[in-house]
Amino acid sequence: MGKVVVVTSGKGGVGKTTSTAALGAAVAKTGKKVALVDFDVGLRNLDLIMGAERRVVFDLVNVIQGTAKLSQALIRDKRLETLYLLPASQTRDKDALTEEGVEEVIGRLRQVFDYVFCDSPAGIERGAQLAMRFADEAVIVTNPEVSSVRDSDRIIGLLDARTMRAEQGEHIAKHVLVTRYDAARAARGEMLSIDDVLEILSVPLIGIIPESQDVLRASNLGAPVTLSEPINAAAKAYLEAARRLEGEDLPVVVPFERKGFLDRLLGRRAA
Amino acid sequence: MTFAAPVETKSIRFRARSFVAFTLTPEAPITDWLEGLDHWIGNSPGYFNGRPVVLDLNVLKPDVADIALLVASLAGRGIRVYAIELEGASLGLDLPPLLSSAKEATAEGLLGRAARKARAEELEAAVAVEHAVPAEAPVAVLPAAVSANAAFQDDTSQDATVHEQEADPALAGLEAVRIEPATAEFAKAGSGQGALPQSSEPAAGTLMIKTPIRSGQSVFHPHGDVIVLGSVASGSEIVAGGSIHVYGTLRGRAIAGSEGNISARIFCRKNEAELLAVDGWYTTAEEMEGVSRGKAVQAFLENDALCVMPLG
Repeated sequence: MGKVVVVTSGKGGVGKTTSTAALGAAVAKTGKKVALVDFDVGLRNLDLIMGAERRVVFDLVNVIQGTAKLSQALIRDKRLETLYLLPASQTRDKDALTEEGVEEVIGRLRQVFDYVFCDSPAGIERGAQLAMRFADEAVIVTNPEVSSVRDSDRIIGLLDARTMRAEQGEHIAKHVLVTRYDAARAARGEMLSIDDVLEILSVPLIGIIPESQDVLRASNLGAPVTLSEPINAAAKAYLEAARRLEGEDLPVVVPFERKGFLDRLLGRRAA
Repeated sequence: MTFAAPVETKSIRFRARSFVAFTLTPEAPITDWLEGLDHWIGNSPGYFNGRPVVLDLNVLKPDVADIALLVASLAGRGIRVYAIELEGASLGLDLPPLLSSAKEATAEGLLGRAARKARAEELEAAVAVEHAVPAEAPVAVLPAAVSANAAFQDDTSQDATVHEQEADPALAGLEAVRIEPATAEFAKAGSGQGALPQSSEPAAGTLMIKTPIRSGQSVFHPHGDVIVLGSVASGSEIVAGGSIHVYGTLRGRAIAGSEGNISARIFCRKNEAELLAVDGWYTTAEEMEGVSRGKAVQAFLENDALCVMPLG
């Protein structure tokens, strides 16, 4: 039986979809079979980030409504043969998802795949709740900003109350993934520190992804950064986070600002 | 209970089930009461959405025509009355059904009417203090007897009984509704996200919460102390009849002594609270700036003023 991991945050624009793609690809690289499920019905993005937007025929809503088979809707990645995508529908809205339908699809994916990553929509409404409903684990994506951290806290509360596992009295493993971490701004005290974030959320840290233009570029080119530029600092951080997700005990190092003499002289910003 | 229906194969099952409802107790003069209600709804719009409301008319004792008017005027405010509680009345079919033998939902379980009366007398002194407070004082002055919990229990004959609880007037303005564990069924269906996964009671009347309280969660414990071992997040709230002890950082709202207990206190290891209140007297984060922020503090009432003092 595979593991179902929901990638969620509450707040929008913090990097849920990017992180879903990067983590999924990183796990798939190790040979595990991975399915990425886009729950953002009506505002689907994961297909773009994965570079599969021109291959979408059927989607999650089709599968739930029985108009397509699961195998027809799953798109295999061209770069990694263990990586699959189940896209969301762009033309429907979140009411097209039913709890029973989602349960059945997740149940079947769980039998075939080692990991099922559910990319949650922003917010705390129905779409987000269905995305987390059947998860075994949760990755809470947070920016080191007060608004993002408070929304993440709200989501953690929902994870502990509204998921199937929580309702059955079982434990749902939670991990915080801090994204868009800017070492320079953190040093100047313009961002919350990692300690502050963890103190507020009291959930273990799975990784810190530095703010990076490469991540944005990779997303726009339709390739998860862990596949296209694996030597990049952000990609490395995602690869390490994926190893921690698989249970490896790697210490998390807080990125610091590296500034050489010349950089300082020229006032250049460190990447 | 199971009843065998006349058809051999199928049987219909009837089950008794408890639900928690809110009791509104209108008081004369009714126009003033409605005005108070309007003011309160203005402060907490959408409060009654999807929440079952029972009208307790045992105080007002209006005639049938007045009841119809009252139900209609509440409907106009978006409050749908599920049932009416009025001893010895008989109402027409166009009005909500009558309920009787309500019980108060408390930490110790459900209390019958007699027990409730005794408790009401117990609280009278504290309530008197409440009324003595002038309106312009920095106190949450709120319409009386607005919010309360009650539980429906429909048995086989469809003749339902209501368990209700007189909530404290000062508490009414706070968007906090947490139902006791004993009658938590409705909480699951309605405001389930406020329910906390882990809570146990080490001593009668004390609610111990071992998990952090997350943003958006609300703990309502009207008769006793609340102990939180973790932190209380920004955007969450604790309402306790007794004192509140937080062993982590308090970033949310803490309202102690909500039943009119002037000796209740709030303790926390690190005070980042949005609001601290004891028996309706409150102070906000802005007012606490500098002196007591970020420290271990206790908050208590002294000469009708809320003092926030560093601990130790």
